Amino acid sequence: MTLIGWAQIALVLAAVVTAAIPLGRYIAAVAAGRVTFLAPLERAIFGLAGVEPARGQGWQGYTLAMLAANAAGFVVLYALLRFQGLLPFNPQGFGGLSPWLAFNTAVSFVTNTNWQAYSGEQAMSYLSQMAGLGVQNFLSAATGIALALAVSRAFAKGGVRDLGNFWADFVRVTLYVLLPLTILVGLAFVAMGMPQTLAAYAEATTLEGATQVIPLGPAALQIAIKHLGTNGGGFFGVNSAHPFEGPSALATALQIWSHQVIPFALALTFGAIVGDIRQGRALLLVMLGYVLVGTLAVYAAEAGGNPLHLALGVDPALGNMEGKEVRFGMALTALFTATTTGASCGAVNAMFDSFTPLGGLVPLFLIQLGEVLPGGTGSGLYGILVFALLAVFVAGLMVGRTPEYLGKKVQAREIKLAMLAVLVLPATILGFAAASLVLPVAVASIPAAGPHGLSEMLYAYTSAAGNNGSAFGGLTADTPWLNTTLGIAMLLGRFAYVVPVMAIAGSLAAKVKAAEGPGTFPTHGPLFAGLLAGVILILGGLQFMPALALGPLAEHFSMLAGKTF
Amino acid sequence: MDMMIPQGTATRRLRVAAFTDRQLLGRAALDALRKLNPAKLIRNPVIFVTEVVAILVTLLAVLAAVDGAPWGFQAGIGAWLWLTVVFATFAEAVAEGRGRAQAESLRRARGDARAKLLLRADDRTLWQPRGATDLKVGDLVLVEAGDLVPSDGEIVEGIASVNEAAVTGESAPVIRESGGDRSAVTGGTLVVSDWLVVRITAAPGSTFLDRMIALVEGASRQKTPNEIALDILLAGMTIIFLIAVATLVGFASWGGEPPSVTVLAALLVTLIPTTIGGLLSAIGIAGMDRLVRFNVLATSGRAVEAAGDVDVLLLDKTGTITFGNRQAAGFVPAPGVGEQELAEAAVLASLGDETPEGRSILAFAREKYGVAAPGLPAEAKVVAFTAQTRLSGLDTDGRSYRKGAVGSLAQSLGVPIPPALAEAIDRISRQGATPLAVGRDGVVLGAIELKDIVKPGMRERFAALRQMGIRTVMVTGDNRLTAAAIAAEAGVDDFLAQATPEDKLGYIRHAQAEGRLVAMAGDGTNDAPALAQADVGLAMQTGTQAAREAGNMVDLDSDPTKLIEVVEIGKQLLITRGALTTFSIANDVAKYFAILPAIFVASYPELQALNVMHLASPESAILSAVIFNALIIAGLVPLALRGVAYTPVGAAALLRRNLLIYGLGGIVAPFVGIKLIDLVLTVMGIA
Repeated sequence: MTLIGWAQIALVLAAVVTAAIPLGRYIAAVAAGRVTFLAPLERAIFGLAGVEPARGQGWQGYTLAMLAANAAGFVVLYALLRFQGLLPFNPQGFGGLSPWLAFNTAVSFVTNTNWQAYSGEQAMSYLSQMAGLGVQNFLSAATGIALALAVSRAFAKGGVRDLGNFWADFVRVTLYVLLPLTILVGLAFVAMGMPQTLAAYAEATTLEGATQVIPLGPAALQIAIKHLGTNGGGFFGVNSAHPFEGPSALATALQIWSHQVIPFALALTFGAIVGDIRQGRALLLVMLGYVLVGTLAVYAAEAGGNPLHLALGVDPALGNMEGKEVRFGMALTALFTATTTGASCGAVNAMFDSFTPLGGLVPLFLIQLGEVLPGGTGSGLYGILVFALLAVFVAGLMVGRTPEYLGKKVQAREIKLAMLAVLVLPATILGFAAASLVLPVAVASIPAAGPHGLSEMLYAYTSAAGNNGSAFGGLTADTPWLNTTLGIAMLLGRFAYVVPVMAIAGSLAAKVKAAEGPGTFPTHGPLFAGLLAGVILILGGLQFMPALALGPLAEHFSMLAGKTF
Repeated sequence: MDMMIPQGTATRRLRVAAFTDRQLLGRAALDALRKLNPAKLIRNPVIFVTEVVAILVTLLAVLAAVDGAPWGFQAGIGAWLWLTVVFATFAEAVAEGRGRAQAESLRRARGDARAKLLLRADDRTLWQPRGATDLKVGDLVLVEAGDLVPSDGEIVEGIASVNEAAVTGESAPVIRESGGDRSAVTGGTLVVSDWLVVRITAAPGSTFLDRMIALVEGASRQKTPNEIALDILLAGMTIIFLIAVATLVGFASWGGEPPSVTVLAALLVTLIPTTIGGLLSAIGIAGMDRLVRFNVLATSGRAVEAAGDVDVLLLDKTGTITFGNRQAAGFVPAPGVGEQELAEAAVLASLGDETPEGRSILAFAREKYGVAAPGLPAEAKVVAFTAQTRLSGLDTDGRSYRKGAVGSLAQSLGVPIPPALAEAIDRISRQGATPLAVGRDGVVLGAIELKDIVKPGMRERFAALRQMGIRTVMVTGDNRLTAAAIAAEAGVDDFLAQATPEDKLGYIRHAQAEGRLVAMAGDGTNDAPALAQADVGLAMQTGTQAAREAGNMVDLDSDPTKLIEVVEIGKQLLITRGALTTFSIANDVAKYFAILPAIFVASYPELQALNVMHLASPESAILSAVIFNALIIAGLVPLALRGVAYTPVGAAALLRRNLLIYGLGGIVAPFVGIKLIDLVLTVMGIA
C-alpha cells in the first residue's frame, strides 16, 4: 500500500461525493417534473405513448407498469439475440445465440445484472450491442431509479395512495439524467481513446508479420452507460481490463466515478424528496463507510501478497499482481473492485479469480450484503431503505415507542414484506449454489479443486441474485444448467425483491406521517448510521458466514498453512 | 423498576406474588412442561423449531445408543436443546403464574352471591331470591346493608356506602347514589349501610370482575400489534438460518464430509433468535401484570402498547394537576397595615368558617406568619356566609371581623378600597386567583389571595414528559385567564379553557389527524365519547358505567395522575422487547466464532484460526454455545418480568444507552459466557 495509492482512492471518492450532492438535488427536481429543457421531446413521447404524466399510480399500478415495460424489453432483446444472424449491422457475420444463452443474456440485461456468459467481441453483432444491450442498459437503469423515486415518495407525505407515474419517471430519468450523463462521459471516453465506430474489426500486421484482428465497435457510449447505469456488461469480453475499455488510469478513475455517482446521489435525492437532506446523508455515510472498508480490505489483502509466492522469492513489494490491472497499479484495482461489487455494477478491471482468498472474499461479501453499498442505480436506495426499516424496527423499540421511520409507523405488514424481500438473496444464492456443488451437471463447470471451486460457484449465484453481473471467473458458465438457473436467480434477485418493496411503499404511503419530536427515534445522525451498518452486517451478512467459511476463509487459512489443492 | 413513582399513588394493594415464591415456581415448572405440547408451541415459531430439532437430536442419540455407537455428545446436545425449550415455556409460565395468583384472590371475592330480584320497579318489599349468575341485563335487584352487589349495574334508587375492597383493595367505603357520576356499582362489592335498587347492566360472565379475572389470568390474551410484527421478524430470521444451515450440507460436501445432523442442529438453534423468541410472551404478560399491580386494568395488551406511543396527554386540571380547591396563598395588606395584623384579622374572620377555603386561611397564617388560631371564644358570634351578603366573619371582643368578595365587603363597610390595594387585587384576578377582602370594624385591612394550588412535583413531571416527547394539555372549565395562569405555573404545554366535552373530543380528533396518539383520563358520562376516541382512555373506577365502558383502561384507585405512570409502563414494555431483541440478534456473532471452526475441523483443520476464544475441543465448543444459548434465556427471565429500567430522557439518549448495553453487550456477553462454560466443561472433564 502506498501513499499515492491512498491519494488515488481518496481523490476518486471525493469526486464522487462532490458530484453526488448537486446531482442528488437535480434528480429530485427531475422526479418532481421541474426539469423541462427537453419538454417538447418529452411531450411528444408522452403523446405517442398515451401517457398522462401527472396521473399518479398506486403501488400496484406502478409495479405492473414497471413489470410490463421490463417484460416487453425482455421479449425484444431475446428475439434480437436469437435472430441477430438475419439482421443488419453485423459486419463479422455472427450467428444467433443459443436459446439458453439468449435467455440468460436477455434476463441479465433486463435485470440490470449484465452477467455475461458470452464474450462480446466473439458473439455480438453491433445491432445486438446497440439496439439490444445498449438500450437495455438505459432501460434497466431507468427502471431502478424510477422504483427508487416511487419508494422515496412513500415517506414524503401521509395518507396518500399515489407513488408517481412509472412512465413519466421512466422517460424523464432517461431523458434528463441518463442520456445527458452518458453523452458527457462517453465523449470523455472517446477523448481518452475508446473506439466509437460502426466499422468492421481492424486487421493489422504485427512486427513478426502475423495478421491480428483487432475488435472495434460503438464502445465508448455503451461503456459510459455500462457504468452510469451500474450495468457492468462489458463491450469486450474482459470488460474494463481490455485496453480499449480501460485505455488509461484516468479512464479507469472516470469509470469508477460513473458507477458510484448515481447510487450515491440517489441517497441525497431521497433526502430531498422527504424534505430532510440529513436523512439522505445518513444513508450515504453508511454506503461510503462500507466502500472504504471494502477498498481497504482488498487493497491490504492484495498488497500483502500470497505467502506461497513470497516463499518462492517473489518481491514482497509487488504484492499479488496476478490478474491485476498492471498498468495502473493496485489501488485503482482495489477501489474498482470494492465499488463495482458494492454498487451492483459488475464491470471489472481485474480478475477476482486470481485475487488472494481474502481479496476475493470482499467482493463476494459486498454483494451478499444486499447490493446496497451503494448498490445499483435505484436498487441500492430501495434496498438500503428496507434495511433502514428493519434497523428502526429492531432497535427502535428501545426508545419505548412503536418504531417509526420518517414519521411512518413500521408495523407487521411492513416487517412481513421486508422479511420476504430480505429472504430472496440467501434463499436464491445459498439454495442454487449448494445444489450446484452437488449436482454432477453443475459440478462439471468447476475446474478448480478445493475451497476455491466452492468460491467460484458461490460467486456466480451471488453475482446473479445480487444483480451484480461480475464473474469470479474460472467457471464454465455457458451451459444450459448455469444459463437457466443463473437467469432464474437474476429474475428472483430483481423482481421477487422489488415487488414486496413496492408493497411496503404502498403501505407506508397510506399511513399518516407523524410529526417529529424529542421522543422520535433519530434517524439522521451517526448513531443511526452505525446502527444501520450493524444491521446490514448482521441481518444481511451473517447467514452467509458458514458458506464463506468453507470457501474463501478455508482457502485463506489453508494458504497460510501452506496447503494447496 | 426505576420509575418515577410519586409517594402515595403507587399503592399496590392486590396481593403480589414474588418471583421467588416457592409455590409459584413449582407450579410454573409444571406448567412449563405442559406447554411443551407442540400443538400449543407452534404459536411461537422460534421455540417450535427448537423443539422439533430437540426431538430429532434425542432420537438420534437413542438410535446411536441402540446401535452401540457413541451417543454421549448427541445426548448432551439434545438435553440442552430440551432445556432451551423448557426455559422458554417456564418464562411464560412464571409470568402467567403471577397473574393467576391475583385472579384467584379476585375469584374468591366474587364468591357465589345471591340476588334479591325485584318483581316490580316501584315496590322494594317484593323480591325473590335468585342466583347472581341467573340475572339478566335490565333486571332490577335490591341490595341492602350486608349484601354483596350481585353484578355490575346502575343505581336507579337509593344511596349507600359501599366497600369496594374486592375490586380496588381499598377498604374505606365509598358513597354510591343514583344519578350523577357515582351511580355505578360493581359486582362483588359489599353494601355496608343503607340500600340500593340496581339495574343490572352486565350479562353473567362478562361483569367487570369477570373481565378482570380473565385479564390477569391472561386467558383472553391476544398478541399485540408489535408482538405480531416482532414474531414475523423472528420467524423470518428463523427461515433465513434454516436455509443457511440446510444448504451447508451441500457446501460441506464439496471437498469434505458434511457435518453430522447433531452439529447442524446445534448451529441452527444457536443462530435462530431463541432468546427473544423464548421471552417474548413473558415480556408481554409481565407488562400487563405491572399495570395490574399498579391497580390499573387494561382491556387489552394493545392498549398498554398504545400507552407507550402516546404523544399527547390530556389531563383535567381539577384534582389532577391541582388539588382542586382554592387555598390561601398570600396576604396583601392595605397601605398602613402590617402583614402580621392582616394575618391575625384574617384568622379571626375565618375562625368560624368550616369550608376548605377557611381552613386553608388558618393553615396558611400559621405556616407563614406563625399566627395560631385561638379557640372559638364562648361569647363570639359567628356570621355565616349567605348568598345575599357574600360575607362571613366573627364578632368577638367588641370587634367585628369580616371577609368576603371584594365588592361586597366594600359595600357593606361603606368605605372605598384604597387604590394601592385595588391594584393588587386586580393583579390577583389577572393571575387567575381569587381575591378575598378582609375588614375590621369598617376598615379594609387587605386581601387574601386564594388560588388553586398546583400539586407539588407536577412541574418536574411535565418537564420529564416533555423530554420523552409527550405534550401535556390541561383541560379546564375555567376562563382563559385563569387557565393560562395555572397552565404557566404547572408548566403544561397547552391548555383547553372553558372546555366542553365536544371541545375535548375535537381536540383529540385534531391531534390524531396530525398523526399523534392521545391519552386522557375521565370519569363522567360526558367524558365517554372522548374516552372512546382517545388512543388510551383511562376511566376511573368511581366513574360512571358509561365512562368505564368507553375507556380501554380502568384505574381502580381513581387517580387520573396515574396516566403518566401508565405511559411509562407502556414504554417500558416496548423497551424491554426491543432490548432483548437487539441482545438476541447481537449474540449471533460470537456463536459463529464458537461453532464454525468446530464444525469444519475435519475438512479444514486450518479454520481453527477462527477459534478466537480458544475453546478446548470441537465438542466442548459446540456444547458450550448450546448451553450458553439455553442459560441466557433462564438468566434473562427476571429482566423480562421486571422490565428494562426506564428513565425519562430523550429518544436519542435512550437509544445510545440501550444500544450500548444491549447491542454492544449482546456482542460481547456470549464471548465471555461461552468461554466460561467451556472452562467449566473442561474442568469437569466433559470436554
